[in-house]
Amino acid sequence: MKILVCIKQIPDMESKFKINAEGDWFNETDVSFWMNEYDEYAVEQSIQLKEQLGNEPDVTVLSIGPDRVVESIKKALAMGCDRGVHVKDDEAYRKDPFQIASIIYEFAKDKNFDIIFTGMQSQDRGSAQVGVLLAEMLGYSCVTTVVNFAYDNGVINAKRELEGGIKSVVKTKTPAVITCQLGLNTPRYPTLPNIMKAKKKELITLNVSDLLKQEAVEKTEKFYYPEKKGVGMVIEGDLAAMVDQLISVLKEKTTVVK
Amino acid sequence: MKALLVCEYRDGKLLESSYELFAFADKLNAEKVALVIGNEASVPTFGGKVYLADVSKYGEYNPDAHKKLVLEVVNKENPDLVILVHTSYGWDLAPRVAAALKAAQVSEVVGVVDGGFEVSCLNGKMRRIVSPKTDKKVITIQSGAFTPQSPLSGTPEVVKLDLTLESGNVEFVGYEVAEKTGVDLTKAEIIVSAGRGVGKKDNMPLVEALAKALGGEVGATRPVVDAGWLEQSRQVGITGQTVSPKLYIACGISGAVQHIAGMKKSDFVVAINKDKDAPIGEVADVLVVADVIQFLPALTEKLQK
Repeated sequence: MKILVCIKQIPDMESKFKINAEGDWFNETDVSFWMNEYDEYAVEQSIQLKEQLGNEPDVTVLSIGPDRVVESIKKALAMGCDRGVHVKDDEAYRKDPFQIASIIYEFAKDKNFDIIFTGMQSQDRGSAQVGVLLAEMLGYSCVTTVVNFAYDNGVINAKRELEGGIKSVVKTKTPAVITCQLGLNTPRYPTLPNIMKAKKKELITLNVSDLLKQEAVEKTEKFYYPEKKGVGMVIEGDLAAMVDQLISVLKEKTTVVK
Repeated sequence: MKALLVCEYRDGKLLESSYELFAFADKLNAEKVALVIGNEASVPTFGGKVYLADVSKYGEYNPDAHKKLVLEVVNKENPDLVILVHTSYGWDLAPRVAAALKAAQVSEVVGVVDGGFEVSCLNGKMRRIVSPKTDKKVITIQSGAFTPQSPLSGTPEVVKLDLTLESGNVEFVGYEVAEKTGVDLTKAEIIVSAGRGVGKKDNMPLVEALAKALGGEVGATRPVVDAGWLEQSRQVGITGQTVSPKLYIACGISGAVQHIAGMKKSDFVVAINKDKDAPIGEVADVLVVADVIQFLPALTEKLQK
């Protein structure tokens, strides 16, 4: 069995984002990056499947972006993936979901992956498109927003998370793309021996120009701070003073604190 | 401009959120055509053309069939836009349609501005204006972002769709509804909710102690529940409970849209967060800029006096 995991590296959401010179994304200086959380579940599920099948499956992890994304690929290798593929692209942030899916399609089209795992969306853009687009391009079946995954002999039984505490139970066959929702599993922490082992694993670097066959279908016209609306009172400063101020506000403005 | 509105139907009825599609199309001044994969009783009271495909034939969740039904209407009506709500149905179906049409898709649109669609990014901290470049465009709108101003009225012109389709490659087995155990947060007057900013499970007693001191219930965001710090029945948000207490205290909650959707109807919201720019500030009446680990015990102690 051949498995592909597609991961994205995303910025720390607690960063103070500064708009870049072109005005279409943020300036990366002083921003930390790490693996998109949804993709951690994808990596974990691929390794659990590998373990379930007696380590037979071969797991490739792929990421598109500048050199910094190699750190996230290395984490996936330390978690248990077999091989890393870095599609080097310093302007990945300018690619739209259709282009990103096309790049992965060009890489995957002749490799006969049985299952492709990825996050259901990224934390920075959240378009929730790439996995489904990739499946459509490859002609694979696709199950999105998966919170429960079971594989047996070419058949996938999965649960999709819907709104309001409801799940739908679905069944499909490989080859398939599975997009992972939070809570699907418990992503493991790489252990020190596995981090050391990962350093020896194969890491392939490809240039995006060799895989990009799709021109952009959309453009970021503007990137800006949302207008602050309805921000109420801000309390800051000394701890004891903040406590006193909050209690007096609660007594004044609500009927439930006396 | 013409827009095809793909309504969402689940468990025997049209979802209310489908009406948001009409509100959005009105904002664009678009001519509207709707598609309902449902039954006659679920056709919206809209004075225009509604394509109706029999859900008993195609299934409520059958992405291949639904894609083909959408494409069939696209073929007949040649709309400029295909619009869905950004829900587990819409985000699953929209890219399938976009791929088939080779159309640009803009996801989770929150506004319309000159030359493009407004979307939120980076956990609600920033916005983008995205302009799709293809002739046909697929749009998903954020659930709750476009509220209908008045109820729809009119008599629809119903056009029945009947296609013979091969069975799709994803088979729907059934729904699974979470057991109603634990607390009913919808009845609580005070809710103290924990977000990831609480740091670790060992810190949860700080949140529980404040809830107890106030006589309220403990709630949580999805990541806290996923991490196993609190049971699922106490989750507030789109995939959990929708609450409207008299007082909601958000502890270390950044304010993801999925969480805010579940608590924004609270009478009074206090957010305690060390990040002054956290999006939770948008819905908070009071934002306390502090580390919850230090602030919660101090507040609880004072309240107990």
